[in-house]
Amino acid sequence: MTTPIVDMRNIKKHFGHVIALNGVSFDVRAGECHCLLGDNGAGKSTFIKTMSGVFRPSEGEMRVEGKPVIFESPRDAMTAGIATVYQDLAMIPLMSVSRNFWMGREPEKGIWPLRTLDLAKADAITMTEMRKMGINLRGPDQAVGTLSGGERQTVAIARAVYFGAKVLILDEPTSALGVRQTANVLGTIDRVRKQGIGVVFITHNVRHAMAVGDRFTVLNRGQTLGTALRGEVDAPGLQDMMAGGQELADLEGSLGGTI
Amino acid sequence: MTDTTSGAAGDERIKDVSPLRRMLIRPELGGICGTILVFILFGLIAGDSGMFAAEGVMNWTVVSAQFMVIAVGACLLMISGEFDLSTGSMIGFSGVLMAILSVQLGWPLWLAILATFAFCMAIGAVNGWLVIRTGLPSFIVTLASLYILRGLTIWGSVYFTRQTIISGVSDRAEGDWLGPVFGGKILTGLFQWMGDAGWIATFTRGNRAGQPVVDGIPMLVVWAIVLVIFGHWLLTRTKFGNWVFASGGDAQAARYVGVPVNRVKILMFMFSAFCACVFSMCQVMEFGSAAADRGLLKEFEAIICVVIGGALLTGGYGSVIGAALGAVIFGVVQQGLFFANAESSLFRVFLGMILLIAVIMNTYIRRIITGER
Ligand SMILES: Nc1ncnc2c1ncn2[C@@H]1O[C@H](COP(=O)(O)OP(=O)(O)O)[C@@H](O)[C@H]1O
Ligand SMILES: [Mg+2]
Repeated sequence: MTTPIVDMRNIKKHFGHVIALNGVSFDVRAGECHCLLGDNGAGKSTFIKTMSGVFRPSEGEMRVEGKPVIFESPRDAMTAGIATVYQDLAMIPLMSVSRNFWMGREPEKGIWPLRTLDLAKADAITMTEMRKMGINLRGPDQAVGTLSGGERQTVAIARAVYFGAKVLILDEPTSALGVRQTANVLGTIDRVRKQGIGVVFITHNVRHAMAVGDRFTVLNRGQTLGTALRGEVDAPGLQDMMAGGQELADLEGSLGGTI
Repeated sequence: MTDTTSGAAGDERIKDVSPLRRMLIRPELGGICGTILVFILFGLIAGDSGMFAAEGVMNWTVVSAQFMVIAVGACLLMISGEFDLSTGSMIGFSGVLMAILSVQLGWPLWLAILATFAFCMAIGAVNGWLVIRTGLPSFIVTLASLYILRGLTIWGSVYFTRQTIISGVSDRAEGDWLGPVFGGKILTGLFQWMGDAGWIATFTRGNRAGQPVVDGIPMLVVWAIVLVIFGHWLLTRTKFGNWVFASGGDAQAARYVGVPVNRVKILMFMFSAFCACVFSMCQVMEFGSAAADRGLLKEFEAIICVVIGGALLTGGYGSVIGAALGAVIFGVVQQGLFFANAESSLFRVFLGMILLIAVIMNTYIRRIITGER
């Protein structure tokens, strides 16, 4: 197989005396959707935040296209082509779709000190990109706050894809959505994957994962319980892996927490 | 925060909006309506009092311009998600500092002015830095600066001069190149010509006989207009403006996409201090003196203008043009009641009512625009 775009090996992350991640290995290749499953508090968000440069791992190694890297900030990860759509979306509801789309990477024109936003370009590209994702905006100046949850997800995904993401990390994009909006977002994930982008899809919903996933990794109490290929595992199997870990944790808890 | 899901209603909600509605539904609408209302009202009750003759117009224009100067600073800062309650104290402090430097220590006026600007903007930066570092609300941090600066102002003034008023700035301004940038007037020739042509009234007696009653546009008004245009341009047309909105809208979201939120906020605190200094320099040059009690309550007046102008107190939303209209409303009401010979205490009743009406209207409009619930 090809080298993974991002390869995380034996990642550990401690917050003071809390061990959030205790040796997690995970990789993602171009054009695949790798699902990261786990119950609430399993460490999914913590893990992808180390992947996207928000946290620095306490231990472990990260490689991007085979080369070891250390991300000092989310900017470094973005430069390396790792884009993240956080659970809280990083969208500002009061601002327009276009301004949100370009936030932090605004196109400019003119010469300093009179450099201004290239609003015409920004608006036109925003409208095109949103249409590609199947969202018809009233106008580029429509506020994000007027969009539904699923549409907001799609704006965030469209933004990441447009800015040349090689890996797209989605943190529980479907957890707050209704049935139809979930279907839309899953459709978007499929479309993005077909463009050759590696997708990391975080969820605790096994059915959502089974719908689009190529590989599945289950995270529990900061550890991986293994990675399975599509076809090697079915929904009840994954469910068992998530729940089994929970039972194990309960057992360990009753034995006096000697982890 | 507003991440609510609304089932499968997604696409159907996007309707076409008529151009008229589109034109009307804007953050400044409350300010525009308020301004029109206030002019109609005073046109009716004070129309024949001289309020709309040249002298009267200049009177409320200058007062409005004063509010405008500090409102622009407060507006950008509020949109970036912070408050500055030390604006009023900063006005007193910067005036006294400049007067001490020039009158007491004998520095050339231009140097005293530049040093005052630099020092006050540094204080603004410290305000911002403290807010960022401590994570405390800027309301608290700048409330502390409000007391510290006012106390220092009175102490400094008394220490150097044994009084709380320092006069003699006019003498120091003689022949200085920077003084007129704050204390001068422009278009004096034009006004003389308009006076000669009989368009505006002229003095008929005294040593100014023949001169027009309004002899030019004070630099304060020029500063106000320049600051409003600059602020509006910065906010709506530049990358930095986008960052200002983003920092106030959701600082964490902005950081995720690489917006230098801390730098933006600190710069806005410095800009607020800059505006306070412009205000006080114009005032000191006009009066020829500085006083330790200047600028009392100005921080609240600035915030009121900004809020009347449609800005959201919690940041992320607002308009400099709106804030400027808020300043006009404030200035016209304050001076208009004076022209109408009304009880000056009524000013407050009136202002409170306008504030309430404007804010209710702004909230309604904002909900339509942003889909806030
Ligand atoms: N900044 C932090 N400081 C301390 N503990 C944290 C921090 N972030 C996460 N944790 C802990 O790490 C564990 C994993 O959290 P998280 O990654 O958010 O889980 P998930 O996203 O899978 O629901 C939780 O027990 C949480 O309390
Ligand atoms: Mg999470």
